Amino acid sequence: MALRLRVDEKLISRARDAAHRITGGVQEFIDRHTTTSTERAVVRLLGVEGKGPDDVPLPNLLIESIQDAGGLEKGAAYWICNAMARHSLSIAEVARAVGEGKVDLAKVPVVDESRIRETATLLAREALDKIARNRQARTGYIHQWGERPTPWLYIIVATGNIYEDVIQAQNAARQGADVIAVIRSTAQSLLDYVPEGATTEGFAGTYATQENFRIMRRALDEVSDELGRYVRLTNYASGLCMPEIAALGALERLDMMLSDSMYGILFRDINMKRTLVDQHFARIIQAQAGIIINTGEDNYLTTDDAYESANTVLASQFINEQFAHRSGMPDELIGLGHAFEMDPRQEDGLLYEMADALLSRHCFPKAPLKYMPPTRHMTGNIFMGHLMDALFNLTSVATNQHIHLIGVLTEAIHTPFLHDRYLAIENSRYVFGYARHFFDEFELKKGGLIEKRAAEVLQQSVELLEHIEHVGLMTAIAEGVFARVRRHPDGGKGLEGVVARAPQHFNPFFDLILKGGGH
Amino acid sequence: MEPKWVKPYGDTTNDGAVQLSFTLPVKGGGAAREAARRLCEQMNLENVQIAYQKDLGGGYTFFVIYARCTKAVEVNGISVPEVQAPAWEMPQVNTIAREKLGRKITVVGACTGTDAHTVGLDAILNMKGFHGDYGLERYSEFIVHNLGSQVPNETLIARAQEVKADAILVSQVVTQKNIHLHNLTQLVDLLEAEGMRDQVLLIAGGPRITHELAVELGYDAGFGPGTVPSEVASYILKELLTRKGVTI
Repeated sequence: MALRLRVDEKLISRARDAAHRITGGVQEFIDRHTTTSTERAVVRLLGVEGKGPDDVPLPNLLIESIQDAGGLEKGAAYWICNAMARHSLSIAEVARAVGEGKVDLAKVPVVDESRIRETATLLAREALDKIARNRQARTGYIHQWGERPTPWLYIIVATGNIYEDVIQAQNAARQGADVIAVIRSTAQSLLDYVPEGATTEGFAGTYATQENFRIMRRALDEVSDELGRYVRLTNYASGLCMPEIAALGALERLDMMLSDSMYGILFRDINMKRTLVDQHFARIIQAQAGIIINTGEDNYLTTDDAYESANTVLASQFINEQFAHRSGMPDELIGLGHAFEMDPRQEDGLLYEMADALLSRHCFPKAPLKYMPPTRHMTGNIFMGHLMDALFNLTSVATNQHIHLIGVLTEAIHTPFLHDRYLAIENSRYVFGYARHFFDEFELKKGGLIEKRAAEVLQQSVELLEHIEHVGLMTAIAEGVFARVRRHPDGGKGLEGVVARAPQHFNPFFDLILKGGGH
Repeated sequence: MEPKWVKPYGDTTNDGAVQLSFTLPVKGGGAAREAARRLCEQMNLENVQIAYQKDLGGGYTFFVIYARCTKAVEVNGISVPEVQAPAWEMPQVNTIAREKLGRKITVVGACTGTDAHTVGLDAILNMKGFHGDYGLERYSEFIVHNLGSQVPNETLIARAQEVKADAILVSQVVTQKNIHLHNLTQLVDLLEAEGMRDQVLLIAGGPRITHELAVELGYDAGFGPGTVPSEVASYILKELLTRKGVTI
C-alpha cells in the first residue's frame, strides 16, 4: 500500500463517462472501416510469413493485390479463403502463388460464402489457440517462479543489432531488470510494412520483425530460467503497422507492447482515421494474448509543460482506457502512461509530482500504470540527473506505480552504457528497498496541498474531456488539445490505407473474439 | 598575449585533479584494479586511485577513479568561432525588428530525416520556450512554422519557399553512425541546387552541434545545448539587419 488520495469520486465518474461517450463516437467510425494494416494483421495471424519478389513482405503483396482489385472492402480473409477453398490450397500456397503472379485473388470464382467462412474460421482458431498457448506458457512461468514485486524495473536496449541486444538484455536481466524493451529503429513507425528476418542495422534502435521477436524471446526465456524469475519482453506497436506488429507480438509471446490510441497521430503524424481504426484490432489481439499495453501520455510532457498540462495526461488516460475496453481489454492489461517531468527548479515540484502520480493511481486502481523518468530537464549534468532520478524513484514507490522505466543519468547524452544502466538499477533498487514501507506510515493531510493539486487537475481533466465530447475527438485533436500538436482528420500519413467496409466484410477474428468463441 | 598554461584544478593550483569512470571487459578483483591503473597511466595520469570497483557480472568491471593529470594546456592561444549576436531580450528584439527591419520575420523549423526528437526545436520555437526564456512563437514580430519531427529535407525546403522564410532552423538530436551530418549536408546541397541558399539564414541546432561544425557544413550558424530562444532571435534579427545594410 502507498499513500491514499481523497478526491471527489463523482468527478472521476464524470470523466470516465465523458471518455466513454467520446470513444463511442469514434467507435461508430471504426466499425465501418478497415485498413490495409488491419488486413495484413489478419493474414499474418492466419499464417502468412515471408517475402515475395523484390523482398516485399507477402502480407503486403496480398493486401495490395486485393486493394488494387477493389476488394479490400470485403476483407482479405474473404478473398484468400475463397482461393483456398476453390483450389484446395494451403494459405502459404495461396500467398506464394499471388506473390509469383500466378493467381489474381479477385478473379478466382467465388465459392459458397459458408465455405469461405469455414476455411477462415478454422485458421483463425488455430491462431487463437497458439496465442492461448503462449498466454498459458507465460502464466505457467509466473506461477512457477512467482510474480515480481512492483514497481517493475523496465529497461531499454537499443543497439540496432538484435544479437548485440540479446547480450545487453541478458545482462540487464541479471542486473535486476523485470522487463526488457527493445527500442525500434527511429523511422520504423513510418514504414508501411514490417521488415522480415533477423536484423543487425538500425538507427537508435532495432527493427521490430517476427524473427527478432523470436530471437529475443528465446534469449529472455533462457535468462529467466537461469535467474528463476520471468523476465518480460516489450516492443512497440504504435505506427503505421500497429495491428500487424501487435499480431506478431501475440504470436511470439511478447508480454507488453507500446500501444496508444493517439500517439501515432500526435507524434508521428500518422493519419488519425488510420490510427483509430488500427488501434482497435491491435488491442483486440493484445487482449487475447494477455499483453499489457503501454500508453504514451508521458510524451505530452516532453513538448508541453508538466505542471500546467497534467490534465491533458489524465484526460488522455481516460480516453485510452475506454478505447481499450472497447477492444475487450480488461483493466489489468491497460498500462496507462505518465511521467515525472516537472522543472527541477520549481518549488514544491516533488509535491506536485506526487499529487499527479497519486491521481492517476487513484483513478485507475487496477491498471498497471507505466511511469516514465525525467527526460526533458536532463541536461548532461549526470550528477544532478542521478539525483532527479532518485526523486523519480521515490515518487514511484510512494505512489505505488507498477511499471517503472528506469531513469538513467546519461539521458540526453547517449543510449545507456553498461555501467550507466548498472548505476540506474542500483539507484532504483536502493530507493525502492530503502523506502518500501515508509509511506504506509503516513496519511495525506486533509485539504492539504497534494489533495488541492489533485482536485484541481481532476477538475480541469473533466472540463477538457467534456469539451472533447462536445466537439468530437477528431476535431479536438485538430485543435491541438494534446501536447499542443494539431492534426487534421485527413492529414498525415496512411489515409490511403483506410477503406470503408462492405456489408459482407469479413474478419474471422471479430466473429470469434467479439461475438464469443475466443479465449 | 602571454601564453598561459593550466592544469585541471581540484583544491590546489596545478594539482591536475581529474575524475573518471569506465568499464573494462574483465572480471573484478586485484588484476582488474591493476589493469585499470595501468590504463590510466597510459592516459598520462599519475597518482591513480581506484576509488571504487564493481563487478557488473558477465566479465565486466566498473571503476570510479581519481588521478592527477600530467598534461597542461595553453589557453590564451585558443580562439573558437562563436555565434556573434547581441544579448537582446524579447521586447528589445520586437522593438528593433519593428523599427529597423520594418516587417515580420518568418522562420521555418524542423527535425529532419528520421529524427523524432523535437525537444530542442520546441525549446526554441514553442511559446513556452526554455529556461524561462520565451520561444519565438511568443515574439510579436516572428511568424513561426514548426514542422515537427521526421521531416524530409525536400518538404522543409518546399515549405520555406511557400512561406518565403527568412530563416530555416534545423534540429538534429538523435544520431547513429553520424546520420545527422548526412541530413545536415544534404539540406545544404538541396538548397544550393534550388538556388535558395543565399536567400535564407540556415541555422542548425542540437546537442552535438557547435557553431564551428555548422559553419564547416555550410550553415550560417550553429547553436549547441543550453541555447535560449532570445539568442537565436537576436542572431536572426542582427543578420537580417546586416544584410539589409542597417546599422544599429
